[in-house]
Amino acid sequence: MHVVFYISAAIAVAATLLMLRQLNAVHALIYLVISLLAVAVVFYTLGAPFAAALEVIIYAGAIMVLFVFVVMLLNLGQAAIRFERKLLGKGSWICPAVLAAILIAELTWLLIEGVGPMYPPMTIGPVEVGAALFGPYMIGVELASMLLLAGLVGAYHIGRRERSGPEPADVSEEAHK
Amino acid sequence: MIRDSLILASVLFALGLAGVLLRRNVVFVLMSIEVMLNAAGLAFIAAGARWQQADGQVMFIFILAMAAAEVAVGLALVLALFHHYKSLDADEASRMKG
Amino acid sequence: MLDLLWLIPAAPFASAAVLLLVGRRMPRKVVATLGVVSIAVSAIVSGLVAIAFIGSPPPGNAYDQHLWTWIAVGGFHPGIALYLDPLSLIMTLVVTFVSFLIHLYSTEFMAGDEGYARFFAYMNLFVASMVMLVLGDNLLLLYLGWEGVGLCSYLLIGFWYRDPANGRAGQKAFIVTRVGDTSMAIGLFLLFHMLGTLNIQELMARARADWPVGSGLAIAAAALLLGGAVGKSAQLPLQTWLPDAMAGPTPTSALIHAATMVTAGVYLIARTHVLYEIAPAVQLAVAIIGAATLLLAGFSALVQTDIKRVLAYSTISQIGYMFLALGLGAWSAAIFHFMTHAFFKALLFLAAGIVIEALHQEHNIFHMGGLRRELPVAFWAFLAGGCALAGLPLVTAGSYSKDWIIASASPSPALWAAAIAGVLLTSLYTFRLIFLVFFGTARTPVSKQPGVAEQIPVWVLAVLSIVGGSERPAYRPFMAHLFGATPKPPEALSTIAAAAAFFTGLVCAWYFLRGDAPATNPLARFWYAGWGFDWLYGRIFVRPVEWAARVNHNDVIDSMYDGLATLARFVWRGLALTENGKLRWYAAAIAGGTLIFVALVIFL
Repeated sequence: MHVVFYISAAIAVAATLLMLRQLNAVHALIYLVISLLAVAVVFYTLGAPFAAALEVIIYAGAIMVLFVFVVMLLNLGQAAIRFERKLLGKGSWICPAVLAAILIAELTWLLIEGVGPMYPPMTIGPVEVGAALFGPYMIGVELASMLLLAGLVGAYHIGRRERSGPEPADVSEEAHK
Repeated sequence: MIRDSLILASVLFALGLAGVLLRRNVVFVLMSIEVMLNAAGLAFIAAGARWQQADGQVMFIFILAMAAAEVAVGLALVLALFHHYKSLDADEASRMKG
Repeated sequence: MLDLLWLIPAAPFASAAVLLLVGRRMPRKVVATLGVVSIAVSAIVSGLVAIAFIGSPPPGNAYDQHLWTWIAVGGFHPGIALYLDPLSLIMTLVVTFVSFLIHLYSTEFMAGDEGYARFFAYMNLFVASMVMLVLGDNLLLLYLGWEGVGLCSYLLIGFWYRDPANGRAGQKAFIVTRVGDTSMAIGLFLLFHMLGTLNIQELMARARADWPVGSGLAIAAAALLLGGAVGKSAQLPLQTWLPDAMAGPTPTSALIHAATMVTAGVYLIARTHVLYEIAPAVQLAVAIIGAATLLLAGFSALVQTDIKRVLAYSTISQIGYMFLALGLGAWSAAIFHFMTHAFFKALLFLAAGIVIEALHQEHNIFHMGGLRRELPVAFWAFLAGGCALAGLPLVTAGSYSKDWIIASASPSPALWAAAIAGVLLTSLYTFRLIFLVFFGTARTPVSKQPGVAEQIPVWVLAVLSIVGGSERPAYRPFMAHLFGATPKPPEALSTIAAAAAFFTGLVCAWYFLRGDAPATNPLARFWYAGWGFDWLYGRIFVRPVEWAARVNHNDVIDSMYDGLATLARFVWRGLALTENGKLRWYAAAIAGGTLIFVALVIFL
């Protein structure tokens, strides 16, 4: 199991890094899906098969499909890649890289310092998760359902308004108020 | 192993953060945010495994729901932005400042 | 019957409130009825209270009515409480009765004025405040009434506010009396700090017990209260506001600036006379101020050309007599003179009002003349009032009270001489006024005869001016409860001297002061300008303040706050740079903040 964990962890980090430097949105999405699938394997090794399944189905499946749809709707071609190259100027990676490195260093430091008693991973299946979800976390489930509904309505509203909304000039005028 | 998974979570989180700062294309920014959310979910799963409780997975499910809602709204905004500015550059949208 | 005491201030106060709120929409008849009836209620109640008080005196010869506790903080709990004793009884009776007559007079005098309701509201508020001043059982309540009458005085002097000069006169009165009021407030703080109470009776008892005669604290307290009294009663050196206060309507001048409010200082000193008894130096100062004021104001009255200003200076002079009496320890004489003065001075002002009204608002006495036949009411009223003012011996009220004061001054030759000289001056300016206005040739035609509402008060006051002094034998023992029995001073010599001065003045006025034009020599001009006090104060106080205001036009203190504002604007400019609308900058800021906090967790 340990070997699987470390391999998938390495894949996740590598895929994420590759995603960051892609210019083509579709390629980046593929690397992101790989990263998510690798994390799903990590979930499985941590004894959370249900979460792993959800990761694959919802994250790598449903949410990424949304991204693909949007990228297709935008119909980005070679021009977008050239534009993207222009946006990613030379040296623009330095500041984010430094910040990220410091953050990783700090968090790792914290995690290595704070060693507590370690238990061997124990599989927690869908039954326990379901019991917890619809037991003590009932209100959370209700709130999540409301959040999803709000997201649905919000996305619908924004998409609709864009179609029948005012001209860009008017919008910028509104924005300057 | 649990500690290592937490370190993995922080590495992924930091990479997502770096992506948000690095990329100006809003689609990439959204993807980076997905990475960060995923890292947070991983931290919850690891914590749940550490205590051998189901609560970590419950939290992961909530994060999942939140991510789904966020992506729906975020992508709708991306479309709206593209139609208004004919560009996906996030800095273009700074014209919206009040 | 004594429990009705609260009605005396309450009735005018309620009426003032109603008139201020809705008076503008009321018909004039209702306004007049409300304004006069509320004062009539006060006058009747105070009459009934007086009958009850004299008929069966309450224990201790004083009656305390505690209505409610005003403030309760620690050991400080002044009440809204009324205190009735012979002194406040006399004051209340005179105030309410004279007020009633003047209100009745005003219903006709102010009939054509657009501010009818406003006038009665202010007048009623004045009466309520004045009664509170007189009846208050603690100095704080007295101070409330004190400020209340000051406010009404200001409002009524500037009543015809369309003329800026009237507004300025009101401000002058307010500011000059404020000087005295501030002194009085400091005096109250001192008394409370040292003696721990503001209740007048307790205060007097404690002062007598704690402070030896001539102690510094007693002198300071008495002097500070004297400052307040001097300001309110227009005595030296704060007398300059009263002549200008004549800008107000004539009933106002009669009520506030002659009969009642300006004597509040006399009341204050009589009320706290114990303090002055243990501070003999201040008491002597009171006498000297009184004597100096009565002479100064008498000379000024001699050369004035405005009928009301003559009366105003005469008021200052007469209050000088009261101060002289107070300074000599003749407390009851001072209050007696207050009473007779209220009658005859109100009468003179009301008669002057009739004259002014009849001659189209003519104030200059050199434009009057020969009114004896045209305005007989005013003439006889003026004659009665003038004789009382100048002290026609044995016949008028004024002579009784003034002779008493002069007789009290007999131990001190200088003060006695000043008092006699004052009688001569009073007689001179009074008869100069009467001769100029009512004798000689008519210069302005008469356009209006007084109606019933104006005549009744005038006749009543005329009778009182003549007979008002005859109750002196009963008055003396009545007040003796409060002030202690003083031996009756020998009056024969004083009476003869005063009578001689009176007749000398009368004759001299007839022969020397009936000229057609005002005197123009430098001395007369100096007296006319009130001994140059306005000029002096203008140089010493007003100009430096104006200069400082000009120099400090851009407030120095304010510039500090402006500096703060400038600093805030700079900081805003700096911070506004961070609000550039660039999403990645915001994210970077959040990330940087996160790093710092995690670092804090690690290293602390």
